[in-house]
Amino acid sequence: MAIEMTGPATMAAPAGAPRDVIGWLRENLFSSPLNSVLTLISFGLIVLVVPPLVRWGILNAVWTGGLERCKAVQGTGACWIFIAEKYRLILFGLYPFKEQWRPLLMTVVLIALLAASMNRAFWRPWLGLAWLLGYLAMGILMWGGIFGLAFEDTDKWGGLPLTLILSVNAIAFSFPLAIALALGRRSDLPVIRMICTGFIELVRGVPLISVLFMASLMIPLFLPAGVDINKLLRAQAGIILFTGAYVAEVIRGGLQALPKGQIEAADSLGLGYWQKTGFVVLPQALSLVIPPMVNSFIATFKDTSLVIIIGLFDLFGSARLAANDPAWRPFYVEGLLFVALIYFVSCFSLARYSRYVERLARQGDQR
Amino acid sequence: MFRSGAIWAVAALAVVGSVSAAYAGPTLDAVKKADVLKCGVNTGLGGFSIADSTGKWTGLDADVCRAIAAVALGDANKVKFVPLSAQQRFTALQNGEIDVLSRNSTWTLQRDTKLGLNFTNVTFYDGQGFMVPKKLNVKSAKELNGATICVQTGTTTELNLADYFRANSMQFKPVVIEQQQEVLGAFFAGRCDVYTTDRSGLASTLKNDAPNGGADYMVLPEIISKEPLGPAVRQGDEQWTDIVKYSVYALIQAEESGITQANVEDLAKTSKDPAVQGLLGTPNAEGKTSGNGEALGVDEAWAVRAIKAAGNYSEIYDRNIKPLGLERGINALWSQGGLMYSPPLR
Amino acid sequence: MLPLTTGYFAGYQPMQVLFGLFAAAALTGAILIKDRNLKGMLWEALAVSLILMLGTYLAHNTIVNLANRKIATGFDFLDREARFEISESLIPYSAASTYGRAMLVGFLNTLKVSILGIILATILGVGIGILSLTRNWLVRQLAGGYVHFLRNIPVLLHIFLWYTAITNLLPPLRQALSPVPGIYLSQRGFFYPVPEPATGWTAALYGLIAGVVLAVAATRVARLRQDRTGEILPTGLVAILLVIGVPLIAWLVGGAPTAFSVPALKGFNFEGGTSISPEFFAVFGALSVYTSAYIAENTRAGILAVSRGQIEAGRTLGLSEGVILRQIILPQALRVILPPTTNQYLNLTKNSSLSVAVGYPDLVSISNTTLNQTGQAVECISIIMLVYLATSLATSALMNWYNRSIKVVER
Repeated sequence: MAIEMTGPATMAAPAGAPRDVIGWLRENLFSSPLNSVLTLISFGLIVLVVPPLVRWGILNAVWTGGLERCKAVQGTGACWIFIAEKYRLILFGLYPFKEQWRPLLMTVVLIALLAASMNRAFWRPWLGLAWLLGYLAMGILMWGGIFGLAFEDTDKWGGLPLTLILSVNAIAFSFPLAIALALGRRSDLPVIRMICTGFIELVRGVPLISVLFMASLMIPLFLPAGVDINKLLRAQAGIILFTGAYVAEVIRGGLQALPKGQIEAADSLGLGYWQKTGFVVLPQALSLVIPPMVNSFIATFKDTSLVIIIGLFDLFGSARLAANDPAWRPFYVEGLLFVALIYFVSCFSLARYSRYVERLARQGDQR
Repeated sequence: MFRSGAIWAVAALAVVGSVSAAYAGPTLDAVKKADVLKCGVNTGLGGFSIADSTGKWTGLDADVCRAIAAVALGDANKVKFVPLSAQQRFTALQNGEIDVLSRNSTWTLQRDTKLGLNFTNVTFYDGQGFMVPKKLNVKSAKELNGATICVQTGTTTELNLADYFRANSMQFKPVVIEQQQEVLGAFFAGRCDVYTTDRSGLASTLKNDAPNGGADYMVLPEIISKEPLGPAVRQGDEQWTDIVKYSVYALIQAEESGITQANVEDLAKTSKDPAVQGLLGTPNAEGKTSGNGEALGVDEAWAVRAIKAAGNYSEIYDRNIKPLGLERGINALWSQGGLMYSPPLR
Repeated sequence: MLPLTTGYFAGYQPMQVLFGLFAAAALTGAILIKDRNLKGMLWEALAVSLILMLGTYLAHNTIVNLANRKIATGFDFLDREARFEISESLIPYSAASTYGRAMLVGFLNTLKVSILGIILATILGVGIGILSLTRNWLVRQLAGGYVHFLRNIPVLLHIFLWYTAITNLLPPLRQALSPVPGIYLSQRGFFYPVPEPATGWTAALYGLIAGVVLAVAATRVARLRQDRTGEILPTGLVAILLVIGVPLIAWLVGGAPTAFSVPALKGFNFEGGTSISPEFFAVFGALSVYTSAYIAENTRAGILAVSRGQIEAGRTLGLSEGVILRQIILPQALRVILPPTTNQYLNLTKNSSLSVAVGYPDLVSISNTTLNQTGQAVECISIIMLVYLATSLATSALMNWYNRSIKVVER
């Protein structure tokens, strides 16, 4: 089996000559007996899988109308009417129907901030200020209680906004914790190193669901009687601690990749530990770890789907809620696929972005 | 210095926290202060507690919450319904996330003791049953040897099921799933032969969830367990326990005394029956009241509000449980051959 | 037990104040003192006393809360009758067994789905990873699509989709698919025959173990010889012969039994033979396919990391593409692939905790039931965490050992 050592990125160039279709086919699909067999097998797989999916998902599917049209095609075609009927419940959960413009607006603000933060040209101090103001605005939008907005408690939050809130907060708030842990793990002080290593390995050794169980069932026992933290905040705290341990390892990777000369240079300038760390080590290490950080964010974004196990209605949970309606229950799968599509689009575009940053960084190195 | 600031904050928090580790005040005071009753209910069970599309909770358990709120706060609408899974319910009560749990929970010895709870009354006498597809041609639970049975986790149901099959020397294969959604999905898809839960739950499922309006499914005659369902509170607050307990008893006594949501206010003014006067806190000819309210730590019109909130027990039952197709049976008043019996409210 | 512990921890608040003073002193010292070594020690003292303070604070609260709320504590419940049934178990279990045994059943089920999942994920992942680098355009696109599609959807969603697909797409029990008599596939799972217990089969089992050991040994010998003389022996063929041949001979010597227990429809279900449940299959399939997408990426990156000169050198020597892949690329790529793949193995094991969503009785699922029956959240969650932690550490240790054993020996 021939391994393409250059990787697919450079494949476009030689294959791009459209004048010779047969040549392209021979080059790319039938270059050797083994390749021909692989091509035929792949082709067989496509023929086996794609037509039934297209038939179910598109040709036989119903897009508009009522429940009876779905009942008519049940088993042979998809009922996308379910999505049309329930998309607001799936996207916004139990948030009061009339007020749903608020989580919608919050989602738009959050996505705009994320998009802006992805553009290197915007990496200026005012971006931090924009985030602060954005957080304030988002809090006002979601909770309300002032400016004539009705107060909506966190138990009504749900759907895509909740998923976004949980994952963005997880990354944002775990970041300082992660930096402290990563520095601690590489510290010269043995006890601090032990504590940080212990925490990181402990958290990385257990499943997120057990951390969420702990947040949901045990945290109330840790607090003095009468102190009551709401369920969402507890779950958020659990997710932050969990994410912190993983992000700490990512940052440690960046610290390790730093050339030793940098630290020696700082030492020779006579900088103290905090100066050395704050001005020399961290800025360089952090810019190295942006691509893996994006991957951590993707992982967290997907992981927040576990909160349904402790009874929060995130995007996935509210899809389940939508299928609680007995009449529509048979079309639960369509709801799951819709949610899967949202996750896929979000994560895939983030992953693309991460690749892009990585490539930029590599080009920067080559200069 | 951000770092040392953070450290000081942690230290300060720890010191403050260690000093304030005092006991929680009596529940009634807390409820009054919050001006809302936090009532734990089922996430969705027809007849007991289910939210409609506008977010309004209906059902027997939800109405019990309203009656308690009416007694404690004077307003049946000051209830915050907290939907809880089977797994979360007792912890939520223990932790003070809710003031009372009214979530079709079975009263058992160990829950009453080891979980630190007090069950106050029985609001519904239930029992576990089985649902099967009609095409299986099964007429009795005794014929279920070797069956695959779908059951939701976190309930007494799992235990009763195993007990029943052990007692009858039969075998079964459980499919234990966390969420109602998946349990029903699996059962109606044909993953299991049998679905088991409380009879009320089966009736609700048959009516609301089964395909074809339930025509292809049936509930077997056997009832394999006793499931007395009722509200629960934390141990250690006797006054609150009494308030919940007598709020419910007032509803039962109201049915017995013929007091309804419609006539309760009239009767409170006009009734000459000493028992009714005593319950409703109406002053007698000499202007004296029964003192029930004072004994409970609320005002004398407490029972009027409880009955006004959702009606007497039979009204609540007829509105919520009867539409499921369940007759009163053992849930009738004692005077009509049932088990519902209120101690004298004097 | 409770009064004792409460009494014991009654000294907590003075302890907390003590730790607090200690922390304050350490902080002041750390800021004021110039000496580097002493400064470091004071920082450490500060960290330790803060952690002790927080720890005693939380422990104190927990104990007070448990006592006030009259919640039972301790691990006594592990020895009590569980009274619930478990659908599948690797060891004998009934409702009369203890909670402790139920948890063990759950743990073994976790191990079962994790180990089998890791094996399938590795095979799929390495295969797809290699395919994503072939010259074949179509295959490359498919492999890339597979990776992107799978890893961008949450694993819990995978599990639900698998379970829904299995219970809804497969035929009901009585219309079970039966490609070969004795093998049935339906909503109730996959039923297949197993040999009736007999000496010959036991012998074959031992034969299989012996065959695998011999095959590994033969490969080692061949490798050593290759290092010495450069001669490449047909190890693959020998290994396959050993793994198949030895148990076959053992089976023949043991009397060549042919009796099988064949599943047959009886009453509510198939009886005889053995089966794979839909719940297991949903978790197993979802976890291994999801994880394989990550392993494919690791494999791809690992192969790309092998320097191009190595392959060109191989081609110059006239080695076949297969030999280049097996003898040059993979051994070198393995060093790059292994560390991230270890993480994926750990992730797969941890993700098996989501089994509870579709009713596969893993450790979390059983602990959850136990928690609901006993109400002892602290104990049950601690058990889950400790068991997973131990499993993760053991897996890491094993993979680190393997990693060291394949390290480049500097000459």
